[in-house]
Amino acid sequence: METLLGIKGKDFVMLAADTTHARSIIVMKEDQNKIHKVSDNLLISTTGESGDTEQFTEFISKNIALYKMRNGYDLSPRAAAHFTRKNLADYLRSRTPYQVFMFVAGYDETEGAELAFIDYLANAKSLNYAGHGYGAMFCSSIYDRYWHPNITQDEAYDIFKKCIVEIQKRLVVNLKNFNVSVVDKDGVRNLEPISAQSLTDYNASS
Amino acid sequence: MSILAYNGGCVVAMRGKDCVAIATDHRFGVQAQTISTDFKKVFKIAPRMFLGLTGLQTDILTVRDRLMFRKNLYETRENREMAPKPFSAMLSSFLYEHRFGPYFIEPVVAGLDPKTLKPFVCNMDLIGCPNEPDDFVVAGTCAEQLYGMCETLWKPDLDPKQLFEVISQSMMNAFDRDAMSGWGATVYIIEKDTITERTLKTRMD
Repeated sequence: METLLGIKGKDFVMLAADTTHARSIIVMKEDQNKIHKVSDNLLISTTGESGDTEQFTEFISKNIALYKMRNGYDLSPRAAAHFTRKNLADYLRSRTPYQVFMFVAGYDETEGAELAFIDYLANAKSLNYAGHGYGAMFCSSIYDRYWHPNITQDEAYDIFKKCIVEIQKRLVVNLKNFNVSVVDKDGVRNLEPISAQSLTDYNASS
Repeated sequence: MSILAYNGGCVVAMRGKDCVAIATDHRFGVQAQTISTDFKKVFKIAPRMFLGLTGLQTDILTVRDRLMFRKNLYETRENREMAPKPFSAMLSSFLYEHRFGPYFIEPVVAGLDPKTLKPFVCNMDLIGCPNEPDDFVVAGTCAEQLYGMCETLWKPDLDPKQLFEVISQSMMNAFDRDAMSGWGATVYIIEKDTITERTLKTRMD
């Protein structure tokens, strides 16, 4: 039901996540942030079974923080994605698997930008652009058309707008508002959320 | 649908004269949706040995990591390179350890023995039942098509050049008839002194 989006550029990764928290047929909350800041250069966005998402991201975040305290340096985004996948894969074959879909996004001076797609089976892949959830089905073609290797942050934000216009037009589920965050050499920043309201001007101009 | 066909993909390996070839497609999907077209399912594990894994992607990654760990431990303990035959035996027993909760993969091993340089190909099922023929092995969502193609094109004592042509044509014509595999392919030709990696451009639909 819920949707996560992610785009990787040469020197940044941008994530978008809807802010709806629904339980069965009822919308409980419309300002739920699903993009978690894990460290200075790492973001994790999650969706899935509602308790599991919080519990699992917290578990990963605290372990990554612990790693930094013990070693005096941060886990690289690639290593963080590997660690996350390993834990999810181990839990998958336990009595208590976590049902979470996530993006691990980070920027590192030496390794560059990283966007890791991870699903609830712990299938994992480093990608240039991706989505999770029903909304993502409408986005793959938009990504294929507009993404390019030298994409800028403004262009990436614009692709998200195009995707969200499509989601709000075609998906039966009502996803009003999307939070957008970016991670680059200056760290993590939250950008202006994209909502049905903010898109009215965009629709008129395009 | 079977969990082995959740992500799609295929691998094939063939024996030639003093050489072996192994090929992989590039698709990574979730059921019918293609997520990525640059996922290679063949990994170099020794100077003259490659491991191909098809099936559930999470288990491809896990099994690859765990096998590398066991192989490296063997090599440091024995202080020599691991040959394809013991590697396959290790893989087989590793898979059978998980007999009642298996990793959902179908592995393919291809390589030359480091001492005798004898070609070796092997595949197994998800619980480690080994098969070591002297022609070719196939795995993945288009295994049936691959058997058909290999059966018609392969013949004994192919040289590296011919082997490349045979494995490429088998691979391409098999996965073009399968929606879950394809989107490009990579072929590795292993000879005693060289390894050639070639990327095939194929139908992208």
